[in-house]
Amino acid sequence: MTQSDYLLSQLDLLEAESIQIIREIAAEFEKPVLLFSGGKDSIVLLRLAQKAFAPAALPFPVMHVDTGHNFPEVIEFRDRTVEEFGVRLVVASVQDSIDAGRVQEETGRRASRNRLQTVTLLDAIEEHAFDAAFGGARRDEEKARAKERVVSFRDDFGQWDPKNQRPELWNLFNTRIKKGEHVRVFPLSNWTELDIWDYIRREELELPPIYFAHQRAVFERDGMLLADLPYANRGDDEPPFEATVRYRTVGDASCTGAVESSATSLDEVIDEIAATRITERGQTRADDRSSEAAMEDRKKEGYF
Amino acid sequence: MTAPTTAPTTTPAALAETDPRDTRTMDLLRFATAGSVDDGKSTLIGRLLHDSKAVFADQLESVERTSADRGEDTNLALLTDGLRAEREQGITIDVAYRYFATPRRKFIIADTPGHIQYTRNMVTGASTADLAIILVDARKGMLEQSRRHAFLATLLNVPHLVVAVNKMDLVDYDQDTYQKIVDDFSAFAAKLKAGDLTFIPVSALNGDNVVEPSPNTPWYRGPSLLHHLEHVHIASDRNLIDVRFPVQYVIRPQATDDPELHDYRGYAGQVAGGVLKTGDEVVHLPSGLTTTITHIDGPNGPVPEAHPPMSVTLRLADEIDISRGDMIARPNNRPKSVQDVEAMVCWMTPDQALTPRSKVLLKHTTQTAKAMVKELHYRLDVNTLHRDEEATALELNEIGRVGLRVAAPLFADEYTRNRLTGGFILIDEATDRTIGAGMIVSAG
Repeated sequence: MTQSDYLLSQLDLLEAESIQIIREIAAEFEKPVLLFSGGKDSIVLLRLAQKAFAPAALPFPVMHVDTGHNFPEVIEFRDRTVEEFGVRLVVASVQDSIDAGRVQEETGRRASRNRLQTVTLLDAIEEHAFDAAFGGARRDEEKARAKERVVSFRDDFGQWDPKNQRPELWNLFNTRIKKGEHVRVFPLSNWTELDIWDYIRREELELPPIYFAHQRAVFERDGMLLADLPYANRGDDEPPFEATVRYRTVGDASCTGAVESSATSLDEVIDEIAATRITERGQTRADDRSSEAAMEDRKKEGYF
Repeated sequence: MTAPTTAPTTTPAALAETDPRDTRTMDLLRFATAGSVDDGKSTLIGRLLHDSKAVFADQLESVERTSADRGEDTNLALLTDGLRAEREQGITIDVAYRYFATPRRKFIIADTPGHIQYTRNMVTGASTADLAIILVDARKGMLEQSRRHAFLATLLNVPHLVVAVNKMDLVDYDQDTYQKIVDDFSAFAAKLKAGDLTFIPVSALNGDNVVEPSPNTPWYRGPSLLHHLEHVHIASDRNLIDVRFPVQYVIRPQATDDPELHDYRGYAGQVAGGVLKTGDEVVHLPSGLTTTITHIDGPNGPVPEAHPPMSVTLRLADEIDISRGDMIARPNNRPKSVQDVEAMVCWMTPDQALTPRSKVLLKHTTQTAKAMVKELHYRLDVNTLHRDEEATALELNEIGRVGLRVAAPLFADEYTRNRLTGGFILIDEATDRTIGAGMIVSAG
């Protein structure tokens, strides 16, 4: 046999790398958790985690940080998926944090619960004594993320210090922490948006229906199409209209924009994404538009 | 800070025809770039990203806006500077990872800053690289830093080196200037025993020989940089001879209703070397017991064989007490079991120095053990390769030959034979920081 027989395709390579990371964390931490939003990246992450331990069950629960500002289709999908995969779901609710006085709801038209999630997330990590939290973030998403480690250390306050990161060489990860500290782990670090979609197609993974073109009442704000849901605070000068749209990312419904699209199948969606000239977050996330360093600042505080 | 540049505007026809579905059959090349402040590294990366359509309109707008705020022309270097401090200070702090793809390959760039104080970052970026691009400014010729970059890439056993002789436009595309750099560099590389070495004359600013062959260098017959990246043969870089399977995790399904799974016991890990096949006789270390592979479970079900870097689960014919940190190999081809290790160590922390009798934690494959520095044989000057045998310590970004005593046996190979069973990291037990990285020179 020749050596060329022993080459892997890029998806197989990425899959092998992600599984190695997931197993390493499960072996070296006491209480990991997988952050699951119901979005495309977290469904890929869940599938990889399932493969990492098959035929045994996932050795950790999944957690959803629920802003309360959801697309109903995504919550329905979340519950069904969790049941199909047979994993335990922990829900950390931003509404509970608000009710407990831990955070204050933002005011004004652009009020969003996106930033408040950080407090809810950190409180839940502390409450459940999770020491490692898997996230679906990718380095191609945003330039602060391009510099974050696969295993990213967080201090007692959940903060990320970009100038003081642990070097990562080969496939060796330093997993040592003290009580009260934790790590965020990003097994999809080296995946691109297109890799995620190719993998979804290859694995025939189900997605929430909002990823495909559908009719929806929307309104325009800051050049983005937002769903006309109650918590979007649509003003009188922002008239709603019907449009055929799909979502490229799934986040807090009050600040996640839709794109106009007629792509109803996976192949059509992938064709559109391959041809697009705008980044995923630039097109659909109002939270990243507030400044050049918006993501960096949120990450330092302990955001996903 | 790189000189202000203008964004390239042309897209080669070959790249424009990308069918996204082709990505399924592509392979992947990881490369590291090394270069210093002024040699146009960011411009070169910016051009590769831009010409392969990996730069999006909103990213370009953001760069244009920031450049305009500073009164500059569009500066593609801003594409690769991610953190606020980097943009404010005009420096690159850390390894940044970038992604682009052509119809042939997906590429992961580890973009490492070239200043001397960032040896740590280049070592990190090079550790997983199939190829390293070293930039040399054609006007300046081979500098101390070029030697440093070539040395580090060789130390980390990067299989392919590309010397991009940049700013050819500023030397009127002069062949003699180029040839002088080729000769100087080749002479130095021979001393290093560097692997596959390729030279390409480029102008990152004008795009000469970056994506398309340039009419300005008719005397150069080789490929463009992108063509080389797309075609360089990496299949034979992997060690397919020495079977090495560090056990990462033991899979035992609990409380299952499926009676077939009651006796399931699988040893999960990533193949670090060799080809494993069902039916193969293997040896377990440290016990030395031999058994046979009955099943190999891949991510998508049973497979007849596994090779690096697949993540698989092995099932074995005999019940042996196997746990994380153990190694599976072939009875007649085993790694060395060693507690005394000779290694080249790169020191990575400003907090403390490596000195004889320093106590550290050593993580190697899936095993972590206490270790003590027995001896610092010499400190290596990474610019001149001079060995300072009088040195008593290694400080941040210094590299030296170190003897270590490990509290438990490591199943190790020489780093030049296998990066995954020959590399280790050092961790400080008090601060939990990663304080060093080592490449095993001789085991035992």
